[in-house]
This record gives sequence, C-alpha cells and structure tokens, in this order.
Amino acid sequence: MRLARGTLIWAALVAAVCVPIALAGTSDLLAYRSPIYILAGFAGIVALGLVLVQPLLIGGYLPGLSGNRGRSAHYWIGGALVAAVVVHVAGLWITSPPDMIDALLFASPTPFSPFGVIAMWAIFSVALMAAFRRRLGLAPRTWRITHMSFAVVIVFGSVVHGLLIEGTMETMSKAALCTLVLAAAFKVIADRVWRNRATARGEGTANGL
Amino acid sequence: MSTLVLNRRNLLAAGGSVLAAGVSGLLLPARAQGLAPTASMSGGANNYLNGAAIVDRIGKGGFWMSGTVRRAGDGAPLAGQRIQIWAHTTEGQEHEPQSHGATLTDKDGKFRLEMPQIIPIFGQPHGHLAYDSGEFKTVFLRPVMRSAKDKSLEGHFVLQPA
Repeated sequence: MRLARGTLIWAALVAAVCVPIALAGTSDLLAYRSPIYILAGFAGIVALGLVLVQPLLIGGYLPGLSGNRGRSAHYWIGGALVAAVVVHVAGLWITSPPDMIDALLFASPTPFSPFGVIAMWAIFSVALMAAFRRRLGLAPRTWRITHMSFAVVIVFGSVVHGLLIEGTMETMSKAALCTLVLAAAFKVIADRVWRNRATARGEGTANGL
Repeated sequence: MSTLVLNRRNLLAAGGSVLAAGVSGLLLPARAQGLAPTASMSGGANNYLNGAAIVDRIGKGGFWMSGTVRRAGDGAPLAGQRIQIWAHTTEGQEHEPQSHGATLTDKDGKFRLEMPQIIPIFGQPHGHLAYDSGEFKTVFLRPVMRSAKDKSLEGHFVLQPA
C-alpha cells in the first residue's frame, strides 16, 4: 500500500513536469526558431518544473527523499535551477541581445520580463547564501526567514512570468504546472509556520525558535 | 539606438495630464491643441538594421503591415515617407536581413507592405516599424498583435520636424 502510494506520488510529479515539456515539444513555433532559442525556451520550462520539485523536497513530501536526503536533494536541485536559469538567459541573449538587455535593465515592453528577472535574482541570491551559509555564520532562524522570503518571490515571479508568456508551452499544461507550483509552495510554508508555532507554544519562548 | 522607456500607455497618461493642466490654465489663449507627435515605443528599435531596401514585398508574403504617416500639429498626411518594417516571421528571425524591408507612403500618407506571417518572439507576437529618413525626428514603433493568428498589424506615425 505504501509502495503503491509512493509510486503514485512520483508518477504524478514526473507527469506534472514532463507533460508540459513534451507538449511544448509539439509547438508549431519550434519550426521557426534557432536551436539556441529552442534550448533557451526549454531551459525555462525545466526551471519552472524544478521550482515545483523544490518545496516538495524540503517539505519531505516525496517518498524515499524525506529528512536529510530530501534536504540534500533540495540543495543540488537548487544548483540545477541556477544552471537552467543561466542557460535560459544566455540563450535568449544570443537569440536577441537588445531584447535581453532591455529585460535585464527593466526597460522591456513585455509585462512578464520584470517578473522573470526578479525571480532570477532571487534564485541567484538564495543559491549564493546557501553556498556560503556556514561561512557567513547565518543563524538558522535568519536563514530560514530569508530563504522563505526569497522562495515566495521566486515562486510568485516564476509563475507570473510563465503565465504571461506567449511561447511554446501549451496553455492548459502550463496553467496546471503553475497551479501545482503555487500549491506546493503554499503547503510547505503553511506547514512550517504551523510547526514553528506549535514548537514555540510547546517550548515557551526559551530559544525564540 | 533609442533607449527611451516611454511606451504608449504612460505617454497617453502624461499627455492626458498635460492636456488637463492646459485646459485648466485659464490664462492660456484659446487655440487648437494640435496633433501630438508619436513617441518611440520601448524596445521599438531592437534589431533595427540601418538602410533596409524598399521592396514590393518581404519574402513570400501572406501578412499585411499597414499604417499612416501624418505631420504633428495640423495632422496633414505626409506622402513619399519611407517606413522600415521588420519582425520575427515564418521566414526568419528579427535580426536577419531577409526579415527587413521598407516602403513609401502614398499621397494620403498611407503605407501597406506584404510580409511573411509574424509569429511570437520573446513571448509576444509583435512587429517593428521605423521612420528613419532624417527630415523628421526618428520614431520606432513596436505594435503587439491581439492574437498570434492575426493576418495584419498596424503602426501609425505622427512626425515632428527634426
């Protein structure tokens, strides 16, 4: 029974991430794009998929990847997310330098660009902080609050960015993936806040956690 | 290249407030407001190529870009004005030379150029137009199509002397 449930959760996650990628692969627009532009677009879709995986890992919702294993996977998937965003931005820069420069300077006419750029800086910031967390001597509580704040910006920015783009992604599968990203982030944040409150009540205000 | 961050919306907003201030300014003498010049749109100049040739049609055609060119102030149509048009189409990317072409306005200040179907690039189906002949101030437009399936798009210019 537990095995069946685990298989089901993993199958649902693989479908949630891979179906939008597969449907984007059938887009008519691909015929008119250069390989680098196509690569940049898919890197963006993969990044959105990874934004779904991240809260699921840290929340311990994925069978076989709870606790420290989940945290470790979250750390490495974070690195993969940075790589996907770099490929996305670099590929678009090569495709049309002036459009990418406009976006990075917040001077773009497209309404979705600033959301993507803000999410990108939030992803880079949180990755740098995670890499140098011990060296910076960040207190666990400071780290948790900072990371969670960045996570909210990343999730919200990525979803708005993705939804407003008219590109290779199929509309329904894109909306479904975005909904799941929001739901997963909301669930993990709600669980954490709830747990912290319960802990604070249980232990009084002794350590302020 | 222009780095103006003006777009049509905030230009209209700014124009509206100037108009409101003008109307409320009772000290101003009564006179016609006049037609305001078109400002370049944000991103309008992206992938512009200097000196695109005047052509009968860009590529194999199938899509129509049209518009008007008028003079600021009195709104008189401007004949024989050169407008450059480019976009990401089914036949090439925005920066590629074969995606660019130019045409001239007729005696009514209208222009119309057939080009390949525009398809979305950078998340929006849009075209580019430029007035760049020097007699009037240069203007770059970047209109967005309501639907990627549209078969036509318009860009309208009101020019002021350079």
